[in-house]
Amino acid sequence: MFIAIPKEKLHDETRVAATPATTEQLRKLGFTVLVESGAGSAAGFSDEAYAEAGASIAGPDQLWASELIYKVNAPTEQEISLLQKGSTLVSFIWPAQNPELVARLAAQGVNVLAMDMVPRISRAQSLDALSSMSNIAGYRAVIEAAHSFGRFLSGQITAAGKVQPAKVLVIGAGVAGLAAIGAARSLGAIVRAFDTRLEVAEQIESLGGEFLKLEFAEDGSSSSGYAKVMSDEFIAAEMALFAAQAKEVDIIITTALIPGRPAPKLITKQMVDSMKPGSVIVDLAAATGGNCEYTEAGKITETVSGVKVIGYTDLPGRLAAQSSQLYGTNLVNLAKLLCKTKDGQMVLDMQDVIIRNMSVVHQGEVTFPPPAISVTAATKPVVASAAPVAKTEKKSISANWFIGLAAVILLWIGYSAPSDFLAHFTVFLLSCVVGYYLVWNVTHALHTPLMSVTNAISGIIVLGALLQISSDSLLVQALAFFAVLIATINIVGGFTVTRRMLKMFTKGGE
Amino acid sequence: MTQGLITSAYLVAAAFFIASLAGLSKQETARRGNWLGILGMTIALLATIASVSMDAIVPLVIALAIGSAIGLRLALKVEMTQMPELVAILHSFVGLAAVLVGYNSFFETHSATGAALTVHLTEVFLGVFIGAVTFSGSIVAFAKLRGIASSKPLSIPHKHKLNLLALIASALLLVYFVGFEGGETALLIMTLIAVVFGLHLVASIGGADMPVVVSMLNSYSGWAAAAAGFMLSNDLLIITGALVGSSGAILSYIMCKAMNRSFISVIAGGFGQADTQQSAEQEQGEYREINAEDVADLLRNSSSVVITPGYGMAVAQAQYPVAEICQKLKERGIKVRFGIHPVAGRMPGHMNVLLAEAKVPYDIVLEMDEINEDLADTDTVLVIGANDTVNPAAAEDPTSPIAGMPVLEVWKAQNVVVFKRSMNTGYSGVNNPLFYKDNTQMCFGDAKATVDAILKAL
Repeated sequence: MFIAIPKEKLHDETRVAATPATTEQLRKLGFTVLVESGAGSAAGFSDEAYAEAGASIAGPDQLWASELIYKVNAPTEQEISLLQKGSTLVSFIWPAQNPELVARLAAQGVNVLAMDMVPRISRAQSLDALSSMSNIAGYRAVIEAAHSFGRFLSGQITAAGKVQPAKVLVIGAGVAGLAAIGAARSLGAIVRAFDTRLEVAEQIESLGGEFLKLEFAEDGSSSSGYAKVMSDEFIAAEMALFAAQAKEVDIIITTALIPGRPAPKLITKQMVDSMKPGSVIVDLAAATGGNCEYTEAGKITETVSGVKVIGYTDLPGRLAAQSSQLYGTNLVNLAKLLCKTKDGQMVLDMQDVIIRNMSVVHQGEVTFPPPAISVTAATKPVVASAAPVAKTEKKSISANWFIGLAAVILLWIGYSAPSDFLAHFTVFLLSCVVGYYLVWNVTHALHTPLMSVTNAISGIIVLGALLQISSDSLLVQALAFFAVLIATINIVGGFTVTRRMLKMFTKGGE
Repeated sequence: MTQGLITSAYLVAAAFFIASLAGLSKQETARRGNWLGILGMTIALLATIASVSMDAIVPLVIALAIGSAIGLRLALKVEMTQMPELVAILHSFVGLAAVLVGYNSFFETHSATGAALTVHLTEVFLGVFIGAVTFSGSIVAFAKLRGIASSKPLSIPHKHKLNLLALIASALLLVYFVGFEGGETALLIMTLIAVVFGLHLVASIGGADMPVVVSMLNSYSGWAAAAAGFMLSNDLLIITGALVGSSGAILSYIMCKAMNRSFISVIAGGFGQADTQQSAEQEQGEYREINAEDVADLLRNSSSVVITPGYGMAVAQAQYPVAEICQKLKERGIKVRFGIHPVAGRMPGHMNVLLAEAKVPYDIVLEMDEINEDLADTDTVLVIGANDTVNPAAAEDPTSPIAGMPVLEVWKAQNVVVFKRSMNTGYSGVNNPLFYKDNTQMCFGDAKATVDAILKAL
């Protein structure tokens, strides 16, 4: 079966859907790879390099007659008309934003898989092109910021004076945000990050960033794996935080996106104007309107106060070789899913959740939107959160009853029982308390030895039998004899086996 | 020996017991803890024997000697994998001793009158009841762990009602025994009821809940000793019994929490039966197999490895080759650690004991909470004979019978290799989606044989 890699027609597009390296991997799966002449030139891959990797350089006719077509961008009108009925196209589609495109593709009678519709489940991670592109965008955002920023990012003490490290604020700790945090940290900047989802705090800290936390009880996680829209109070608190940070930091990188909607405006003109001259803002949401009010898509805007606002929408394309390589690998992983037998024959298994979710057009039928699949483990807490509340309430009520009951019983015992019994009872209760505190301190690993020791000392019951053995009654004597015997087994056995076990516990190097 | 001396000796013994349990809190002091326990017991025994009249000394020494010999033999002979059985059978001895002491105490005392007699008779009755339940329950637990009895929960109709009936009948007998001088007859009938009650109680608990049962019986044996202390007016017995009782109760609580179940529902038995069929019907998906050589390859190419053992490792006695693999990998500079689920095995801390036996240093044996956050950065996880404790359904599928149970999140690692006999479900009867994950490979066969083969390939 043929896989075609056409040259991208979109103006300024530098990426390509396969590199010589991924070509080789596709061939290993049994496919024949056709590459349009000059397809990789903008990313630095020559036709010769593709040929060396085993691809055939083909003209448009042969190319568009292939069963499987791998592209980066959605096809142009002219490309769509070249598509053969029954062939399969894989590229970014953005079906929610482009319903006419989807209808047009359906009319052509083809199958279309959208690389922007890969579900966010762990099995699909290896073909998640949005993540791999976001990763590059985040990295490149820092490079662009460093390029426009007039100073070092790292702090230095030199003979010519001391240089303060730059402070970078990253808003949104998704894939792009985390990549930006990592890149900025490794250039030596002080990095702070904010996200509405509390669960990412750990990830931010693991990359060396500082998580800015709002003192506000609301979590922005949702079952789709993206952040959800927050309440007004939360947003007000968030804006106050950004306003305070804007005065302090040198670089702001915003990555806040809400799927299917314009990007939220997080950095107002006022905040930008309060920043130090020479500061830089990189807006990764520029394509969907931008997180910053100054952002103009595709451009660098310099404000009157000397702040540069970068609104590039082609950040992955600015690292063309890297983007092509990662996107190409995503497509190889898709090919593995489409061709499990590795014999170059593709099967579109619509029962597979990943394929079903990516499928936008199937045999000329529009299959978008796909049925919902829930993604993260976060759904569980939502379901569970109502229950524990009720439970604790119930518990506290029953605990109150229990305490009340215990008090009544204690009073009754105190009133009716002989003083001798009360003395023993006191000892008993105090011992329970001591036991409680002692046992909670025991490490998990020693629970078995703990059990055998407690088992051994519970053989203390032998005392009772010992005292009874000198009785006059023969029956009592016999019973006591037997009781002493078995209790002794317990004592000796328990202690010995504990000693054996504890001997085995050794620390490394001992 | 005067009563005052004996009392002070008992006080010293009690202090030693407390210090003994305190010593067990850390590995470094655990051995000293055990010695303190032995010391305390010796003091208590000597003080008591000194107060026994001379003509009783001979049978006493004989009983002590026979008991010690049997105890030593049992303890030295037992395999570490059989520890749960030994602990269970030892519990039954305490239970039986408590019953006997209770009967003797009843035969001996007729001096007390009035309220003191009422209290005493109640103590005897309760002591015998707890002792008998401990005795018969422990025997069933032993039989189940040994494999003599089926580890499946026994489910007879109206079992909860039957249990309740037994309790009510015992309560009525208590009133009859104490208030109307019911004598031996009432005591004997109650003992029989208690024995049957204990049998049924443990028989209706499934094999997977054995850690809870064993620690619960540990607790009961303590309460039995405490009850004996009350009837004999012996503070040392009361203190020790209370220590043991609360220890067992806390262990049961920890185990239950680790399985996300309420203590009551475990005790009442019958967990997971109704849900099993439903989840077994679920779509299963495909799994991939891997052979021992490839596992060895995978391990060689990893930089960090986590091993999560379960009961299967104990059954196959695979702890020695596992420890050797661990050693070999460490020599290659690969970071190897063990992740232990709180309820892995059939007794609290079971896996730790087995790994210690095989000389795995305890500082690389980590608890679930310690290892879970590192699993995402782990290259390879070996799941050896564990199933439910690594089941992602607990975290991902709210309809699963084990939903919400904390588990080892092994599926977050790059590669997971599961050693298993077959595709059967675990003790809880729940299907395990881990086996069908993309990063999971299955290595079928007896755990020991497979692990040996990997060792050879390394």
